[in-house]
Amino acid sequence: MRFLLLFSRQGKLRLQKWFTSMSDREKKKIIRDMTTMVLARQARSCNFLQWKDLKIIYKRYASLYFCLAVESQENELLALEIIHRYVELLDKYFGNVCELDIIFNFEKAYFILDEFLMGGEIQETSKQIVNRSIEASDMLQEVRFTDSPCVRREAGF
Amino acid sequence: MPAPIRLRELIRTIRTARTQAEEREMIQKECAAIRSSFREEDNTYRCRNVAKLLYMHMLGYPAHFGQLECLKLIASQKFTDKRIGYLGAMLLLDERQDVHLLMTNCIKNDLNHSTQYVQGLALCTLGCMGSSEMCRDLAGEVEKLLKTSNSYLRKKVTLCAVHVIRKVPELMEMFLPATKNLLSEKNHGVLHTSVVLLTEMCERSPDMLAHFRKLVPQLVRILKNLIMSGYSPEHDVSGISDPFLQVRILRLLRILGKGDDDSSEAMNDILAQVATNTETSKNVGNAILYETVLTIMDIKSESGLRVLAINILGRFLLNNDKNIRYVALTSLLKTVQTDHNAVQRHRSTIVDCLKDLDVSIKRRAMELSFALVNGNNIRGMMKELLYFLDSCDPEFKADCASGVFLAAEKYAPSKRWHIDTIMRVLTTAGSYVRDDSVPNLIQLITNSVEMHAYTVQRLYKALLDDISQQPLVQVASWCIGEYGDLLVSGQCEEEEPIQVTEDEVLDVLEGLLVSNLSTPVTRGYALTAIMKLSTRFTSVNRIKKVVSIYGSSIDVELQQRAVEYNALFKKYDHMRNGFHLSLLMIINFRFFVVLSSFKMVQVCLSCLCVVPILQANDLLDLLGGNDVVPVIQNTVSTKPASAGGELLDLLGDLSLSGIPPMTAYNKNGLKIDFTFERANPNPNIAVITIHASNSTEADMTDFVFQAAVPKTFQLQLLSPSSNVVPALNQGTVTQVIRVLNPQKQQLRMRIKLTYTHKGSAVQDLAEVNNFPPQSWQ
Repeated sequence: MRFLLLFSRQGKLRLQKWFTSMSDREKKKIIRDMTTMVLARQARSCNFLQWKDLKIIYKRYASLYFCLAVESQENELLALEIIHRYVELLDKYFGNVCELDIIFNFEKAYFILDEFLMGGEIQETSKQIVNRSIEASDMLQEVRFTDSPCVRREAGF
Repeated sequence: MPAPIRLRELIRTIRTARTQAEEREMIQKECAAIRSSFREEDNTYRCRNVAKLLYMHMLGYPAHFGQLECLKLIASQKFTDKRIGYLGAMLLLDERQDVHLLMTNCIKNDLNHSTQYVQGLALCTLGCMGSSEMCRDLAGEVEKLLKTSNSYLRKKVTLCAVHVIRKVPELMEMFLPATKNLLSEKNHGVLHTSVVLLTEMCERSPDMLAHFRKLVPQLVRILKNLIMSGYSPEHDVSGISDPFLQVRILRLLRILGKGDDDSSEAMNDILAQVATNTETSKNVGNAILYETVLTIMDIKSESGLRVLAINILGRFLLNNDKNIRYVALTSLLKTVQTDHNAVQRHRSTIVDCLKDLDVSIKRRAMELSFALVNGNNIRGMMKELLYFLDSCDPEFKADCASGVFLAAEKYAPSKRWHIDTIMRVLTTAGSYVRDDSVPNLIQLITNSVEMHAYTVQRLYKALLDDISQQPLVQVASWCIGEYGDLLVSGQCEEEEPIQVTEDEVLDVLEGLLVSNLSTPVTRGYALTAIMKLSTRFTSVNRIKKVVSIYGSSIDVELQQRAVEYNALFKKYDHMRNGFHLSLLMIINFRFFVVLSSFKMVQVCLSCLCVVPILQANDLLDLLGGNDVVPVIQNTVSTKPASAGGELLDLLGDLSLSGIPPMTAYNKNGLKIDFTFERANPNPNIAVITIHASNSTEADMTDFVFQAAVPKTFQLQLLSPSSNVVPALNQGTVTQVIRVLNPQKQQLRMRIKLTYTHKGSAVQDLAEVNNFPPQSWQ
């Protein structure tokens, strides 16, 4: 995998994970290209695009577009499953996750992603283990959150 | 100093901004506050400030002044600080700036931390963005950690090792010992990352690949267990156990089985099992099937298995899910070369996909359709493809038109069908046809001698309907100029001949000249066509008038042509009729086909004026008249041909000199032919024209031809027509060589060819010894 981007229907970036080293300028250009290309797609098109030598897999969940770029030998159908798994993890953590959760808790979205993927590869295929690791790490934080989900959006730094 | 505002508070505030300017103002204010807070070395709120900075960075604002703060957070003892610090490092730092190296020591310490979650943070950062220097420094630590029995850490270290190998491939050997019992793990996370590590090593080193082939039985067993095992809540996805691991194992099996009979055989059964037993109702099952198909096609599988794989793809084509159809088309495109017949069986389904609404699917279907065209199905396929061309989006038209021309050229069942197909493309997608097709089409039409009348009639009718599509207009103009006599005489065998007068034809051509829709190139074609008709039509006066009007045209090209044509009328009128029709035809034809550029057409036209004089001796035989001779001989010396040498060579192509052409070089798809003529008046000079053509599928660019001859000869190499030899014989590069051979020795030549082909530079030397004796005797 080369990169994972999350952006809204208006093209606002909500998360960016780069799996290879790139300059800031290149990153900005890619973000622009991806948002333009994906947002221009018609409603019932297939979820795959060809862009340069990469395959772009995108899927819309509510108001967020998840956009994953993989190399040519990777499996696009599985990439859809990877995106879905990430959404499931977010959903389990936040409880009925919505875009606002990811906006206000972007650092948590990154932490969860970093327990699921690393260096462009999947590091853990079990949902429960990923969730348990995140919860355990959260417990270590000196600034505690309460367990109530709705407070997750408020407390913190 | 009040506490800096909380992260969520800032986010909420920024989101209330109604304009970009308002947002920018808020950000600037907050950045200033953060900067002064950093200056005060405030430990308590550093974490909060960096978090805010990361948010602003995501909105697109610069945040580099927080880089050092991230490093300080990483060095802190608090877990919250480390968490944000490492995240900040991954977002703000990158290996291009030396400051990232400051992380190395912190990471080293944290790799040995007592808390596994801290170790995890360090491993994650190293494994995501570690530079080569960092990887080199810390490879030892990573290798040490690989021995851990802690599965949480093991999977992270393994991926870290993969990253190290990607950054510093020489360190791969270091991790070999740790791979000893890699697959005996039960933990899926560790197993998955281990398979990734093995894959990375096998892809990079053939030795490693050979070494790990022995793991095939173990991998097969693991895969079997995954399929046969019952429901496992931890890894289940829609009834399938750990699809991510299954796919990864299939991919590794693909690499191990490729080119190896034994391994391929060992995995035959399991592949068949997966192919037949996997549930296909959901995407996840199809993802596994897809990977299985890819593996079957890549290894040395038995034919039964291959047919099974292609049939799976055929079923995919009928699936309601667009993604699956797309993936099937992509895979079939990959296999169409090797398993052509099997893919042909699904041709009708593939052709149906041309009508799909999805753009990505249409494109794949188009590419695959062209790959499936052969002599047997050409008529049916072309019908579908032409229908597609009519209705597809503009983005496809150019590629589709080119594909149609190529397929028609290869498999046309008859000349008439070929011409009809070309006509159809020109009339429906005429504006999208590539520029180089025009000369190719002209060449094709010229070669189909018996179809000339039919072709010119159809083209004329097409012009009456529509003059906006330039390639169509150009080809039509050329044909009318060439075969206008056939048009007016109403001789058409293939279809009902139309009644058209010379004036009507000239009306159409003049209409092209004045129309706003015509490009300058088209106008040039039209004017030349009108001129050529002066030897075919009787209404010469009208043509003279048109030509003289354009003698003062604003367009320089048109003006020059018109002036030269005028000269032909005035000075060489007596020769104009006798001027062998075929000379005009071939000169025009050669230039349009071979050189296709305005400048050379100009040269050609100058030649039209000069050539009659210089080649008078030869022509006289055709004319049978002698009175002209003295006049012409006197003017030989006073008429400097602007491009004398090359011009002579044109006529030389007609083999007026009688020396047969030869093939000097033919290798790797590059063919170089030599044609000869004697330069008048010096019989010791052999004028050789090289014609370079390219039968491969990629253009040869930066083409340079050099030649050397023995000492007794002198060589002059004139400039080439171009330095790109187009693919698939779509055109040739010509260049003139003049060889002075005063001692009449046997001509030998050494040639050197350099060009770029498919991205790599090619160079070749060759001796040319097979010159026909007439060229030097």
